[in-house]
Amino acid sequence: MSHVSGQELLRRVKEQIKEVDPAEVTQLIGEGVTIIDVRETEELGAGKVPGAFHVPRSYLETRIEGLVPDRSQRVILYCASGVRSAFGARTLMEEMGYDDVESMSGGFTLWKDRGYEVEVQRTLTPEQRERYGRHLLLPEVGLDGQLALLDAKVLLLGAGGLGSPTALYLAAAGVGTLGIVDGDTVDLSNLQRQVIHDTSRIGVPKVESAAQTINALNPDVKVVGYPTRLDASNIMEIIEGYDVIVDGVDNFPTRYLLNDATVRLGIPVVSAAILGFEGQLSVFKPQDGPCYRCLFRQPPPAEMAPSCGANGVLGVLPGTMGLLQATEVIKLITGIGDPLIGRLLIYDALGTEFTELKIRRDPECPICSRDPGDIADDELGVFPDYDAFCAASG
Amino acid sequence: MATIRIPPVLRPSVGGEREVSAAGDTVGDVLRNLSEAHPDTATQLFSADGELNRYVNVYLNDEDVRVLDGLDTVVGDGDTLVILPAMAGGR
Repeated sequence: MSHVSGQELLRRVKEQIKEVDPAEVTQLIGEGVTIIDVRETEELGAGKVPGAFHVPRSYLETRIEGLVPDRSQRVILYCASGVRSAFGARTLMEEMGYDDVESMSGGFTLWKDRGYEVEVQRTLTPEQRERYGRHLLLPEVGLDGQLALLDAKVLLLGAGGLGSPTALYLAAAGVGTLGIVDGDTVDLSNLQRQVIHDTSRIGVPKVESAAQTINALNPDVKVVGYPTRLDASNIMEIIEGYDVIVDGVDNFPTRYLLNDATVRLGIPVVSAAILGFEGQLSVFKPQDGPCYRCLFRQPPPAEMAPSCGANGVLGVLPGTMGLLQATEVIKLITGIGDPLIGRLLIYDALGTEFTELKIRRDPECPICSRDPGDIADDELGVFPDYDAFCAASG
Repeated sequence: MATIRIPPVLRPSVGGEREVSAAGDTVGDVLRNLSEAHPDTATQLFSADGELNRYVNVYLNDEDVRVLDGLDTVVGDGDTLVILPAMAGGR
């Protein structure tokens, strides 16, 4: 076997492939040509050609078919100077059977020197790349998914049994903004299950205690505390602007109020409820599936609504249900998998049984069958006599 | 005999059981037999006019009986009925 120098090899490769001038590429953006940046991730800081996909040269052969399944598609590769993209173009043409692959001469360096438009790619800091490394390794999450998590605003109703584990794991996952609505202070009896708080924080407002734990876990997360109880007077102001709401509230009036307000604003709700050894979970995504009123048209009377008073709960149960909620939140934000929309999951901890039920959208639902804009302020969470009734019992 | 899954709020009414069996060819028959065997469940399941209370959902296997034939839905021997009242605990 004869050996050639790297320079000679490059010369031969360039004879075999087609090159395209950056000036021509500027005319091809958005014209159905697939432009691929084959530089390494660290080189993207100064930006890339607008609309270009990023596949590092070392992954080009393994990922090209996922990105460009049609081998007759016109593809333009570029790197920093036009060397790596030349080798890549030859491989795709000669060895993988692509018909129309070109290398952009001069690469991104020439592109930038000529002052052509640059799309600045958001990247993670080296620390973030390390912190979220296990997410970045998952193709379903990856950089785009992690950036979506960092951009996401999630509102947790309560930093209690369900809210504690949900908040911890969403913070660890890098959800950029976590709003927490809770008007209570930490009590010793909370600590059997509300793991975001600790013994030294008894008497401290829960939003403050939760913020301390979250900030210590992940400084990327901005915590917005609402030390109050959600009610008809403040709900629209608090929930507007959030991408997903995590519902773990302990009473029916607030659940219905939340449902009606989120249907109006089109915000998905990941909802869980717990009692004793059993939990329920579902995702209510307005217009894509049923709402809470489709599932339960009316709240139960007080004698069948144990939430009106204090009840026992196995301490780990809200942990299980809260983490199922956190999982659904991450799926909604990153757009992966099949969220639990139109389905209700029941977890029976004693029998270790999961039961799934179908929830149908009710065509006569008093809330979600209507135009969301027609839902008036004074209709939100309204049930004749119910508030008085629960207050009397509880 | 169909199997009926009893939710936590109804368990005190059936002696603490998580599941009970009851005979009947329709959802209505099965639930009426349940409420005869365990009278405390009757007012929780049925309204005064004999219909299911609106705050209680009943599923035949995984489907809401309201989208089937309601209390007239036919029940087979191996079927499971799930009684699901709304729950709101979160703390």
